[in-house]
Amino acid sequence: MEEVARRQRSRFNFRASLSIPFFVFMVFFVVVPLFLIVYFSLTDDQGHFYFDNWRLIFTAGDKWKTIGLTFEIAILTTIICILIAYPIAFILSNKKFNKNKILVYFFVLPMWVNFVVRTMALRDMVNEMFENLFNFQLTAKYPVAGTVVGMVYDYLPFAILPLYNQMLKMDKNQIEAAADLGANPFIVFFKVILPMTVPGIISAATMTFMPTMSSYVVAEQMGNGKVSIIGTLIESYVNTIHDKNAASILSLVMLFIIGISLVVEKFFTKKDEDRKVGIW
Amino acid sequence: MVNTRPLSVEETNRALKAKRIRAAIWKHVTKVFIFVMLALVYAPLVYISIYSFTDSKVMGEWGNTGLDIYVSLFTEADGLELLGAARNTAIVAIASTIIAVLLGTLGAIGIFYTRNKLWKNALQFMNQIPIVNAEIVTAFSLLVLFVSILKLQTSLFTLIAGHVILALPYVVLSVLPKLEQMDPSLYEAAMDLGATQTRALFKVVIPDIMPGILSGFLLSITLSLDDFVITAFTKPANIVVMGEEEQFQTISTLIDERIKRSSVPKEIRPFTAIMFGLILLVMIGMYIKSVVDAKKERKLLKGEK
Repeated sequence: MEEVARRQRSRFNFRASLSIPFFVFMVFFVVVPLFLIVYFSLTDDQGHFYFDNWRLIFTAGDKWKTIGLTFEIAILTTIICILIAYPIAFILSNKKFNKNKILVYFFVLPMWVNFVVRTMALRDMVNEMFENLFNFQLTAKYPVAGTVVGMVYDYLPFAILPLYNQMLKMDKNQIEAAADLGANPFIVFFKVILPMTVPGIISAATMTFMPTMSSYVVAEQMGNGKVSIIGTLIESYVNTIHDKNAASILSLVMLFIIGISLVVEKFFTKKDEDRKVGIW
Repeated sequence: MVNTRPLSVEETNRALKAKRIRAAIWKHVTKVFIFVMLALVYAPLVYISIYSFTDSKVMGEWGNTGLDIYVSLFTEADGLELLGAARNTAIVAIASTIIAVLLGTLGAIGIFYTRNKLWKNALQFMNQIPIVNAEIVTAFSLLVLFVSILKLQTSLFTLIAGHVILALPYVVLSVLPKLEQMDPSLYEAAMDLGATQTRALFKVVIPDIMPGILSGFLLSITLSLDDFVITAFTKPANIVVMGEEEQFQTISTLIDERIKRSSVPKEIRPFTAIMFGLILLVMIGMYIKSVVDAKKERKLLKGEK
């Protein structure tokens, strides 16, 4: 009895305290850097507060055009990725067909070859194919289409996995019941399956939309150097122009877009547990 | 009016047969579909592997057939540079994975057992930030912290820290569901039987959540091997290897730089082919393991009957 009382008295929660290293790491390397970005977006290179940057950034050059093109590519990529990933995830979520998840691993394993190399191989492959079939190179003639192809290829696993996780939780009996009660496959899909997978779709959309906006390497390779997205701008501000204040402003713009999509995601997922996007 | 007449035996049989046929067709269609999708996903790797058997300068042209560039991967300057980059990539992947798995597993246990709702939500929210944040923003914000504020040079330390951020949230997300599935009374039982908190943790909790830790481990390695943006922003310019200073490159930064100069080393083809071979071996291993596991399971079921 004494032991129990002693344990209850001690306010120290040993197991909860295990998250302290995690907490310190995240604060130092994730939270603090984000506040630094906010700080640098409001100052000039001397460290004085300076708000004109915001106006200058968006009036100089084709910033709005770039942002528009980024959205165009990101939205197209997201839609195509989900259209391809949805049936794949649906089939893989059938436990009879995909025992022990190994087919899911098969879709992720190509990532062991770095995406810079894979994108290069994809570019050469697509170009050779188009050269032989239609006598032109896809990336040279249609750089935006080429970019979308590259993005879809690279981010397909990020669309498959959240959908797959959501579909595992789906109640398969409802589908069978609907079919047995005489609903045709289209009705079963639109009235039963689709509503159950909305959180997965939203999660897959965020998982592909975000990286698409920043993936300047794919835009550069698959767009034949002609496609410039927000990621390209940030990269050039950091590495070529060395203007961290401008890069901070553009980063904040991206964070703002991400924030909006998170609000949208939250709106579609009621329960907290549905938002988990764990891959394996 | 709904037809409530009971079906005759023949009608039932016919309906069941039609259902079976539909199921069989569906099964084959899905098999073909998944196979085609996998073939598409692996097509660029196959393509690059095919061109590893010729010594032409670029892909799309065929020179002398043979294994010449496999040899030059291990002998020529370009090939050795590539192998050096591969070594760096492996070091970063292993180091960052070990740290991420340690921090992430402890973090997940901590989050799960935190009773304070607000604190728990705060931790989970923090964990979500790097997942939803654009990689370039994560990379740039780290660079600002290290270079502009701490006045540090980018180094192996900053690079590994960057990769830990990349993987850590996913380790937490792989471990948390396993904690939720765990029987909470086991830990209490161990304690009641006299185990210390640490002992109960290592003997009861950790073995139970091992599958989650393993997924986190695999995912961590995968994300690190695949990364470019964080690597490019936080990698050191030079590194000292055995007393000699040399340029620091990983596979991704080396290839990106060479693409910009239009001088991609042809040795990347045999290198990728070897990686592809490794992936195929892993796939075969996974398949064999799944077959063996399925057999074991069936035996167990039979034994129970």
